[in-house]
Amino acid sequence: MKTLMTGNEAAAMGARMSRPQVIAAYPITPQTSIAEKLAGYTARKEIEARYIKVESETSAMAACIGGSLSGARVFTATSSQGLALMHELLHWAAGARLPVVLVNVNRSMAAPWSLGVDHNDTLSQRDTGCLQIYCETAQEVLDTVPMAYALAEKALLPVLICMDGFLLSHYTEPVDLPNQEDVDRFLPRRRADYRMDPNRPFTFGGGVSAEVLYGLRRRMQQDMDAAPALWEKINRRFRKIFARSLPAVETHGMEGSDLALVTNGTMAGTVKAYLRDRGAEKGVGLVKMRFFRPFPTESLRKVLEGCRAAVVVDRDLSPGGGGIFAQEVRAALHGTGPGIPVVSVIGGLGGVDVTPDHLDRLVTDLRSRRELPFETLWMEV
Amino acid sequence: MQTLQAENELVHPGSFSCPGCGLTMAYRHVLKALGRNTVVVTTAGCGSVVAGYYPMTSIKVPFFHCSFGTAASTAAGLRAGLDMMGKENTQVLAWAGDGGTFDIGLQSLSGAAERNDNILYVCYDNEAYMNTGVQRSSATPPGTWTTTTPGEAPEDRLKKDIVGIMAAHGVPYIATACTSFPEDLRKKVRRARAIPGFRFLHVLAPCPTGWMYAASETVHIGRLAVSTRTFPLFEILDGETTRLSPMPDKVPVTDYLKAQRRFRTLNEEEVRRIQEDVDRRWSRLSSAGRRKEE
Ligand SMILES: Cc1ncc(C[n+]2csc(CCOP(=O)(O)OP(=O)(O)O)c2C)c(N)n1
Ligand code: SF4
Ligand SMILES: [Mg+2]
Repeated sequence: MKTLMTGNEAAAMGARMSRPQVIAAYPITPQTSIAEKLAGYTARKEIEARYIKVESETSAMAACIGGSLSGARVFTATSSQGLALMHELLHWAAGARLPVVLVNVNRSMAAPWSLGVDHNDTLSQRDTGCLQIYCETAQEVLDTVPMAYALAEKALLPVLICMDGFLLSHYTEPVDLPNQEDVDRFLPRRRADYRMDPNRPFTFGGGVSAEVLYGLRRRMQQDMDAAPALWEKINRRFRKIFARSLPAVETHGMEGSDLALVTNGTMAGTVKAYLRDRGAEKGVGLVKMRFFRPFPTESLRKVLEGCRAAVVVDRDLSPGGGGIFAQEVRAALHGTGPGIPVVSVIGGLGGVDVTPDHLDRLVTDLRSRRELPFETLWMEV
Repeated sequence: MQTLQAENELVHPGSFSCPGCGLTMAYRHVLKALGRNTVVVTTAGCGSVVAGYYPMTSIKVPFFHCSFGTAASTAAGLRAGLDMMGKENTQVLAWAGDGGTFDIGLQSLSGAAERNDNILYVCYDNEAYMNTGVQRSSATPPGTWTTTTPGEAPEDRLKKDIVGIMAAHGVPYIATACTSFPEDLRKKVRRARAIPGFRFLHVLAPCPTGWMYAASETVHIGRLAVSTRTFPLFEILDGETTRLSPMPDKVPVTDYLKAQRRFRTLNEEEVRRIQEDVDRRWSRLSSAGRRKEE
């Protein structure tokens, strides 16, 4: 069934259809309407869940951790400052190997205050052990939620689903609404092998030796490494039921192109619009990255093979470092054959406009240079 | 003593605590009174360390070591999850030190209390951050030596009135207790267990290491805390009705202060002021308690 939805409505609907049993959320612009929608669903008993109206995001994630330890499926959503406040708890959730699913509506970090989108909030959580999946459309947001549960509950790691504030969270788009029965078939109830059960007592999170900690971290890396293959399997199952899929890395117009614009989130939509009008004549294609953690190194190497350059457009900044995706793409491509140069471009911080014209000027500029720049480029505002 | 060794012993020997540790005693009594159908969330601190190191544990019920500031909200989430899993009868115990309760965990505690989440929250109070090596907390009483309130500048603030704060939340059950009065402690835990909603126990847990007295003196020190009325025993029902618990006859506060080297720098004038403060709080509490008895 086709219907119109904002990204936030899609997130709430995705959560609702995934049948979470514990929800704990705290309002923050631009996430608020997700928290409100879910409160409404719970109040009207449209979902069977406990909604804990916590006093902070720290407590939201703590409650999710507690809920998840009981064996229940848990959900939360937040944005920027809220996610930063959760930081310690994200480490706890990942370290305790709890399949918490969190939707983060990306927004710049203060100071100064800004409601606009960039990805510094989620990218600051890079090393917590949470998976990160970026969405471009409301449909992707809706589909990603049940798929994220399938992945989280198999990999035993938390998943952050990231969507651009306002550009995606607040714009209305047509969405194909799945049937609840189909979603139930795709995502059965969670079955937790290890949980807080007095009949089978376990201790979680207690002190360990250095050797044990080392081993656990290594296991985490191995499970992260295995996640892309797991995701592919989940995608195949999803496609069978819903005739859609969301690969970790997606390409558009890369055949016959020697320049790849690499980006994520709604920026991918802008690139698509540019490609539709001018892509072929400029010899440019799009590489859209859904996954950031685990970093999809293998897929990326495959799709960029033979490219003259990868132009990474980052809606984020590691001050003193540059574009975060660009650094990671560089690292991923390092040592591949003749080597593919990576051009790092910063754009869209704080939600500032990036249009197909901006992209065209960027491509024209790069084409006109004899040597590709190594220093970070800034898109003009 | 015989009856205490029954098979429902849920804290086994081999804990990592110092000899004479009050919190471990308190822990044993609390779990014994709660029974096997209990799950525990514990904050960073001695309470977390005494449980033992992987792959060993002295605690025989499911146990989660949570972040320092989130005992109450973690427990609230666990409660919600267990309810959804059809385990409404399982007791959820949040077990936190004074630092995890009075200071870093106060916001999370207030949230859970205000929502009346159905958990039992026990603060074991050893009156400082012991696990990190004895630094003051807002539960540290005036005149105390700690590493952050050294001899040149001992603690000069009154102990935070955590019970008053909890009473202001109107929660159904609050009690104070002390490891030196184990029957009273267990009775209060059993009472709390039977009441739905948010229940708060403030348990004084003497600490030989931080309070600087001989490990064999823990029970004696706890008794003095109560008999001097430094730490009176009482209950508050629904944030309103105060009920005093049986206590030994009142003795001067110097008996308590002199027995611990953490108070070694106190002079006579300071002891007098501490006595005044104890008397003032005791008269307020006992008149509230009496009002109830009338
Ligand atoms: C967020 C955070 N800050 C600081 C610490 C370091 N820390 C661990 S235990 C502790 C003190 C605990 O004090 P209390 O709650 O009174 O328990 P006690 O050790 O006295 O039993 C501190 C400061 C921590 N673990 N987490
Ligand atoms: S420092 Fe004190 S509270 Fe901590 S284990 Fe030792 S005696 Fe117990
Ligand atoms: Mg303490």
